[in-house]
Amino acid sequence: MDKSELKVNAIKDGTVIDHIPAKDLFEVIKILNLEKVDNQVTFGTNLDSKKLGKKAIIKVSDKFFKDHEINKIALIAPKANLNIIKNYEVIEKRPVELPSTIKGICKCMNPKCITNSEPMSTKFDVISKEPPALRCFYCGKITDREHFIII
Amino acid sequence: MTNKSLISITDFSTNEILRLLEIAEDFERHPEPHLLDGKVVATLFFEPSTRTRLSFESAANRLGGRVIGFSDPNISSVSKGETLKDTIRIVSNYCDLIVMRHPLEGSCRYASEVATVPVINAGDGAHQHPTQTLLDMYSIKKTQGRLDNINIFMVGDLKYGRTVHSLVQAMSPFNPIFNFISHPKLKMPKEYLDFLDSKHVKYYEHEQFNDIISEADIIYMTRVQRERFQDLMEYEKTKDLYILRNSMLENTKPTMKILHPLPRVNEIAQDVDTNSKAYYFEQALNGVYARQAVISYVLGLKK
Repeated sequence: MDKSELKVNAIKDGTVIDHIPAKDLFEVIKILNLEKVDNQVTFGTNLDSKKLGKKAIIKVSDKFFKDHEINKIALIAPKANLNIIKNYEVIEKRPVELPSTIKGICKCMNPKCITNSEPMSTKFDVISKEPPALRCFYCGKITDREHFIII
Repeated sequence: MTNKSLISITDFSTNEILRLLEIAEDFERHPEPHLLDGKVVATLFFEPSTRTRLSFESAANRLGGRVIGFSDPNISSVSKGETLKDTIRIVSNYCDLIVMRHPLEGSCRYASEVATVPVINAGDGAHQHPTQTLLDMYSIKKTQGRLDNINIFMVGDLKYGRTVHSLVQAMSPFNPIFNFISHPKLKMPKEYLDFLDSKHVKYYEHEQFNDIISEADIIYMTRVQRERFQDLMEYEKTKDLYILRNSMLENTKPTMKILHPLPRVNEIAQDVDTNSKAYYFEQALNGVYARQAVISYVLGLKK
């Protein structure tokens, strides 16, 4: 554990999301719906990071994120790391990674795309992971990082 | 595969496209008025396009099929707020094939996912219009005797014109040379130029429409639409710069043909119509053969 992590309390069981760019912290909190959960959530921001300059970190007790939630994190903070904690020990450490296709989770930025008028799920091919860019399976238009609207 | 839809020209391999052009040629030579006996084709036009609809309906009728459908969404259940999915699921029960035109991009791909019969895209917004591409290729092959090594000049609105985008993609395996003539604001988008670069296809961009066309095998004219310009003054200045007149055709190749997806406004002067190089009206007839080929192919009646 590096020193910056120590600035936020350790958790017994749960997940630590590390290496979030500081400016994206609140967006990650929002897309994971952490404003509304009952779990204990602690976060720190503007921590020093060799990789990112200023980074943020979120610790969520008793929470182990599902794939679609991890995909959401990867869209907003593709360099983030997940540390899975059991009984104060890091039992798994892995980077978030976007799969080659994603379903749901993001809106197509093309206002004339069928996915924005029908009650249906969006579908994208991931054409770039860093920075993330998505090509709509239906209309073919590309939605880039600046235009992500996470569902 | 019997339930194969045609949504984008890239759904079909080059070999399949060549096969479709052969089938179209067969239909032109030997009409088959009973091929679709007992079959029902639904034409669902969620936005009006009389020309395309009549072309599809003519194709189905000439093969002996029956046609049902609507040409005005305002009088159909769509106006009551029914989802596209429900409309497509219901209509799937009534027909063997759906031909669909819709203002929203990607709508036909979605329809093909929820339909239980094949879907043919007859235009989904600015996205795709694959049967237009096939009839353009059929017209090129028929008039030039080949698809390979054709020098194609595309003129007018190259930015928004979906027919030029699809044609550029579909012709790329045949070693073409492209010359793009347009106002700087209506240039071929970078993604298509990148695509051509990746396929090592030669292309040149021009702003002037003049005697460079003497090299052309095909001149593909498109309409410059007023609504593409925010500044109406600019539109007025631009629209007359890219007009093809009969006097410009003097030094062009004798075998050169002029294509246009139609409707035209003024970009081809009326005095061109009687020139033997004008091909756009025959091109529209080729659309019937090309659509007959697609209909019979997706229904598995031609392989």
